[in-house]
Amino acid sequence: MPVPILVQSPYLIASVQSALTDADLIGLQNDLFAEAQKRRSHGVVVDVTALDVIDSFSTRTLRSLAAMLRLRGVETVIAGIQPSVAMAMVELGLSMQDVRTATDLEAGLAYLRARPHGTVDRGQ
Amino acid sequence: MTTTAKRRVRTGLKGNSTATSAEILKDEAVAHLRQDREELLLEWLQSDRVDGVLWMGATTAEQEAESARIYDTCIECLDTLSYEGAEEFAQQMARRAVRGTITSERLLGGMLALRDVYWHSLLRQYFEEPKRLDEVLKLFESVINRVLVIVAEAFSRERERVIKAQQGSIQELSTPVLRLRNGLLLLPIIGMIDSDRARQVTEQLLNAIRDFRARVVVMDITGVAAVDSKVANHLIQTIDAARLLGTTVVITGVSPNIAQTIVTIGVDLSRIETVGDLQGGLDRADRLLGYRVILEEKAVTQAAPTTVV
Repeated sequence: MPVPILVQSPYLIASVQSALTDADLIGLQNDLFAEAQKRRSHGVVVDVTALDVIDSFSTRTLRSLAAMLRLRGVETVIAGIQPSVAMAMVELGLSMQDVRTATDLEAGLAYLRARPHGTVDRGQ
Repeated sequence: MTTTAKRRVRTGLKGNSTATSAEILKDEAVAHLRQDREELLLEWLQSDRVDGVLWMGATTAEQEAESARIYDTCIECLDTLSYEGAEEFAQQMARRAVRGTITSERLLGGMLALRDVYWHSLLRQYFEEPKRLDEVLKLFESVINRVLVIVAEAFSRERERVIKAQQGSIQELSTPVLRLRNGLLLLPIIGMIDSDRARQVTEQLLNAIRDFRARVVVMDITGVAAVDSKVANHLIQTIDAARLLGTTVVITGVSPNIAQTIVTIGVDLSRIETVGDLQGGLDRADRLLGYRVILEEKAVTQAAPTTVV
């Protein structure tokens, strides 16, 4: 199932609704990049609240998505990772060190709004 | 009514004449032990192991009533060859043992003494007929041993239950996640951290972060006595997991001892914010969240008299 991308200019919100296949993830990466380019977005929030599993491929895709967008001056925030998912990720050694994370969509948008335009934070 | 029915089923299953003669023998022994009840009870209570006191702090009348109950329960088991009564009774005893009115040593010792009393009584009764004596003792021993096992099991089960309940409450107590301000949580860690506890701490912290939408967590490890590489790794995993939820973790209260261990074993803490003590950590957290704490002179002078009074 493709991920709907909501436009909240100057930001984009990708709201993941169900488990993602590898193809969905690649599609999300391409769609988001194209959309950010088209809308000249300043930031992107990927809301993963609905995901029960985030595996190594998802982690890598999300990280490379953030790296790609950063090259265009777009900041990416991954929002709403579930506690159990976070624990599993840490145990598997998957990290999002160079990507911003936020508790939920609201916190992610708040972070983007608080950030001066044109600067990109390289994570914590 | 039911007991005779059961007996019939059992003899029916065995279905030969020896079973019936064993039945008769058993009934005879049971009748004998019931008949000599008063005497044997007295013998039991006055035996060396029991020495008149089976329950601490119980009156003589209570002792007698309770011991009579044990006696009757055992005979009942022998008579019906079913152990439900014994199980129920053993569980009650175990509850009381945990509350301290009877020790397992005393009760088990008492049961052994009771077994000897039965045994001697049967010996005296069937002294003249060695073959029947052998048969009746075989039957009796299997029953009384089973009863002893039931009692011992009930004791250990009850103790395990209590230990489990205590463990649960210790676990609950050991990792409180406290709300300090909007978006700020405090996690004081006290005592040993092992893998289980680290997992539990992480879980509680992450759930609290989600529930309270925390942006900063101050983790105070003043109460942690020692750290090894395993514990350090657990802490880092917790911090990484919290970060995945978009929360910054500030570590405070690293003792010289722990600091030295961490430096020696070469754990990389460069990604982690550490502040000397809890006060400093809270200051840092306030700054991260944009809070400013202002001391009002007026409030202080007003508060002073009330504290004196």
